[in-house]
Parts: sequence; C-alpha cells; structure tokens
Amino acid sequence: MHRTGELYGHFETLEQQKDSAALGMWIFLVTEVLFFGGLFLTYTINRHAFSVAFGAASNTLDLKLGGGNTVVLILSSLTMAMAVWSAQVGKKQWVSIFLIATLGLGTIFLGVKVIEYKQKFDHHLIPGSSFDMRYHSEHPGPNDDPKEIAAEKEELEKAFAVDPDINAHAQLYFSLYFGMTGLHALHMIVGAGLLLWLIKGSFAGRYTPQYNTPVEIVGLYWHFVDIVWIYLFPLLYLIDRHQ
Amino acid sequence: MSEHIVSPKIYLVIFLTLMAGTAATVWAAYHNFGAFNIVIALAIATFKATLVVLYFMHARYSPKRTQLVIVCSIFWLAIMLVLTLADYRTRGMHESRLAPPSNSNLVRA
Repeated sequence: MHRTGELYGHFETLEQQKDSAALGMWIFLVTEVLFFGGLFLTYTINRHAFSVAFGAASNTLDLKLGGGNTVVLILSSLTMAMAVWSAQVGKKQWVSIFLIATLGLGTIFLGVKVIEYKQKFDHHLIPGSSFDMRYHSEHPGPNDDPKEIAAEKEELEKAFAVDPDINAHAQLYFSLYFGMTGLHALHMIVGAGLLLWLIKGSFAGRYTPQYNTPVEIVGLYWHFVDIVWIYLFPLLYLIDRHQ
Repeated sequence: MSEHIVSPKIYLVIFLTLMAGTAATVWAAYHNFGAFNIVIALAIATFKATLVVLYFMHARYSPKRTQLVIVCSIFWLAIMLVLTLADYRTRGMHESRLAPPSNSNLVRA
C-alpha cells in the first residue's frame, strides 16, 4: 500500500485519517455497549426478581476496595487523557510518563481485583456446590471483629427469613458479579497490552502533534472501559447499604 | 479545520467532578430514598459517563458523523432495555396461552 510518512494513500490528510480511525473505534465501541448492555439487562431482571438475595450478597463486597478502585480507574482515565494532550502539544517525554502512569494505575486496579476475588474464594462465595452465604459468619478469620461478625449474622438471618432460598439466588448475583467484573478485567488486560505497545512507540518518539492517532484510539478504548466500571460500581457494590 | 486540543485545566475539572460524583454515589447509597436509591445511583453514573464521553473521549469536538454513531449506540441500547423490560414487567398481567408457567419466579417479580 502506498504510504507517505504516516499517511496512507487512500486518505487526503492526516486529519481525515485520524477521524476515520476514531469513527471505526466508535463503531467497535457501539458493539461493546450492546455486549455489556445485555449483561446489565440480565442483572436488572434478576435483581428485580431476587432483591433480598442480591442486597445481602452485595453487602459482602468490600466497599473500601471497590471505591478505592473506582478512584484509581478514573485517575487512570485522567492520565490517559493527559497522554493524548502531551502528544498533541509535542511533549514527547510526557507522553511516555503519562502512558506509564496509566499502565501502573490499571495494574493496581487488577491487583485489587485479585485480592477481592481471593476473599470471595475464602468465604465460599463462588457459585458451585460449596457455596454458602453463612460460611463466613460461622467460620470467622482471626482478624475479624466479633461485633461485625455478629452484625453480619443477624443481617443474614433476617434475609434468610424473607428468602429461604437465598443461597440459590445469591449464586445468581455472584455469577453476574464474576461474569461482569471478569469481562471488565479482561478488557483491562487487553488495554494493558495496548498501553505496552504505545509505550514502546512513545520511547521511539513516534507520537507527534501531526500524528498521534494510536494514542487517541487506545484512549477511546480505555475511557470506555472506565465507563463500564462507573456503572458496575454502584450496581454491584451499593445495592443495599442503607439498612 | 484544525484539531481541537482540550486543555489540561478542563481535564482536571472533569476529573474532580467525577470524583465528587463517586463520593455522592456512596453517600446516597447509605441513605434510604426508597425506590429512588437506584434512580439516584443510575442518574449519577449516567452524568459521569456523559462527562467522560464528551471531554475525555472528545465527543464534543468530534465530527457530526462520529456523534451520530454515539447517539445510535444509546438508541440501540435503549431498544434492547426498554422492550425486554416491558416484556418482563407485563408478563402474567392477564391470562393468556402465551403466559409463562405460574410457578416461574420471574412472573410478577
């Protein structure tokens, strides 16, 4: 294919080339909206049908970890936006710095997710034959506050009184929790790979005010993943905190 | 037509607004607004998502055809959500040969 510098032969200008690339990325993101939309729809229908179980299951999540991760991810969107800006104004060194910061924040997010998943394994909250909502309050760890365990037990017994089948219904919640946060994390891992590729390019000084399309396009993807989390956080962590 | 560059100042203001939105979501979740808890949570999330799309993703400064694609995605999402939920919410409202079995948990849920 004929190519002059960064401009491919079938485009008139670099700007037209960039607009076309952004349009293509947006069309991909439309399919992603519908993909995640289907999961949010499944969540809505089940939450409505089994609201007590979903509330009790949601309260087992660690709000400090989830909220902290929300801050980390939004901060990574800011550093990604700043990487695009640095390329646009020709601050080549800052492109690398902001891209590395974005990758670092994304890695922290995934690390926290690992801690959260591990806790769910320890508390027998993985859908399957050993799933048991009562397990944690009956087998508290050495670091658990006895008062909190007693409160958890009381809340759980209330929920069991309303919905005796809560263990079955809470498994639906955790299937959706692991499915949705797992797919979100998979998108983050893909994004981390793309960031590594961008960082390599930025070390070579590839991104300039004239040509920064790859940074802009990966930025669109990264911000989209952030938007998914903006919805996941309140819907998964904050169902029933006001009791 | 030259490329529009969003200043770091605007990015910072958007970031701080998103942080405030996150704090507001957590605050609202700890207060009982009855059926409105979920409405408030979704309203704040949608407000935050809109800011990300308009400023971080530069939709505000994009060509009209890109903006059209974005609006279409919301429209298609709305079709999926509204029609499916309208189906679930109205099942079993009147007897019909098409009604799902009465022991289904999702009926009148």
